[in-house]
Amino acid sequence: MSTAEHLTQASYLAAAALFILSLRWLSDPRTARRGVAAGVAGMAAAIVGTLLHPEIVNYTWIVVAFVVGTAIGVPLSKVPLTAVPQRTALSHAFGGLAAGLVGTAKYALWLHDGELTMFRTGAIGIEVILGYLTFTGSLMAAGKLQEIIPTRPMTYRGQNVVNLSLLAIAVGAAGWLLFRPEMWQLFPAIIFLSLLFGVLLIMPIGGADMPTVISLLNSYAGLSAVAMGFVLENKVLITAGALDGSSGLILSIIMCRAMNRSFTNVLFGAFGQVQAGAAATEARTVKSGTPRDAADLLENAGKVVIVPGYGMAVAQAQHRVREIYDQLTKRGVDVKFAIHPVAGRMPGHMNVLLAEAEVPYDALIEMDDINRDLPQTDVVLVVGANDVVNPAARHDTKSPIYGMPIIDADRAKFVIANKRSMNPGFAGIENELYYADNTLMVFGDAKGVLGDIVKALAGESAH
Amino acid sequence: MPVLDLWSMAFVFLLATFVGFQVIQNVSRLLHTPLMSLTNAISAIAVVGSVIIAGEQKSTFSTILGTVAVAASVTNIVSGFLITDRMLKMFRERRPKS
Repeated sequence: MSTAEHLTQASYLAAAALFILSLRWLSDPRTARRGVAAGVAGMAAAIVGTLLHPEIVNYTWIVVAFVVGTAIGVPLSKVPLTAVPQRTALSHAFGGLAAGLVGTAKYALWLHDGELTMFRTGAIGIEVILGYLTFTGSLMAAGKLQEIIPTRPMTYRGQNVVNLSLLAIAVGAAGWLLFRPEMWQLFPAIIFLSLLFGVLLIMPIGGADMPTVISLLNSYAGLSAVAMGFVLENKVLITAGALDGSSGLILSIIMCRAMNRSFTNVLFGAFGQVQAGAAATEARTVKSGTPRDAADLLENAGKVVIVPGYGMAVAQAQHRVREIYDQLTKRGVDVKFAIHPVAGRMPGHMNVLLAEAEVPYDALIEMDDINRDLPQTDVVLVVGANDVVNPAARHDTKSPIYGMPIIDADRAKFVIANKRSMNPGFAGIENELYYADNTLMVFGDAKGVLGDIVKALAGESAH
Repeated sequence: MPVLDLWSMAFVFLLATFVGFQVIQNVSRLLHTPLMSLTNAISAIAVVGSVIIAGEQKSTFSTILGTVAVAASVTNIVSGFLITDRMLKMFRERRPKS
């Protein structure tokens, strides 16, 4: 081993340690930014260590690629926070693409030099399949989140059979390649099938299932990096990929539990299939009120819990929510936020939006903890959330969401729910919370309605 | 490749996965969105593999693929770290009553 190689390996070792520290510091909001610094330091060390590599003969294209990557990366980091799910999906796509391309290049090089061992071919097969399916799958997810592609699930008969067969053929072709690595014609077929599988995998998935799917794609992107590490015999790549992969897996499991779906159901089931609920409900009446009525209820309460959902993000109403929080807190009302794990379009989505609106994070309470407080709560304000507060999940065995853990909004003394209209939510499920005696519906766009509530509250305090 | 290398890589994978599980289970749910963008930036360490392929210039084909892969990874590094930091800056505790 040359001195340069020793230096390179030492830099990788340091990078691995820094990456682990980086994630460790992320466990607490107070040390989290130090985590980012550690991650950056680890990355810088690894890149410098690699640039010393004696096999690099020309830096021109490397520099060009760094400039291009930075030129795309900087604007991507400045997207509005409501677009963070799309950006995340897009970055999974880039991760998958890099893995797929490196696998393809390595196959071509080793094929040419006659260096394709069975192990290398196998690792490349896994890397390429995972990489390319993550690439198109994540692009599809990003497209749905940006609403370039319809967010409604697209399903047809035998979809699972078709999808899994395509994947099986791709895996079979990769298996064949193990024994006949010189059959390069199989390679484009594997690429094509993986790209196609990625598209088809995401087609049947609806917007409400995006938190799970993004986590799963995160895990795939990590695993494709691991496979790349095996191909290139690079241990820091294996380490970082494994950290990313296990993080995605943990988040997927949390999301699955929060929707009462099994992991198998998500991996192989047609997840997100809408049971177009036989919502032949008898005409029931709701009590509807004005923002003024809502303001009266809120300001006379001692304890208020706000339940935000994806609708808040769509209406960009997080700042109005903060103003309500400020108005009520000023009068000594105790205000908390109830955060359901799958509220929004990715894990932790609501927390980030509310943090952006400068709601202090100690007011953001997880579902299990807030549920203990809800029976002693005077008013629950539901903003753009629907299924996560539907009591049917607790008792209606026929409901598609039966068994899903929910925020027990109905156990509070009063509920104020803001909705655009009485149309059922995304999953097409009636929400009986809206018909309850102690529920007041305030119809209209979230931003407008909440703005009016703020005005009503502020007007009160003026005299 | 010596058989030992394969097994040592398998060990690295195993241990890193367990470390990952332990460390990430401790991450507050509050920070799951930044967690995802941070792990994403970290796994863009794939840049080190792409850089060698783009720089060793063994064939035009591999140089082109390597260059695109470097650009994709650098995009993830830059946007991932920047947006994570941007989000984390927003998380603050209850302000003292003014």
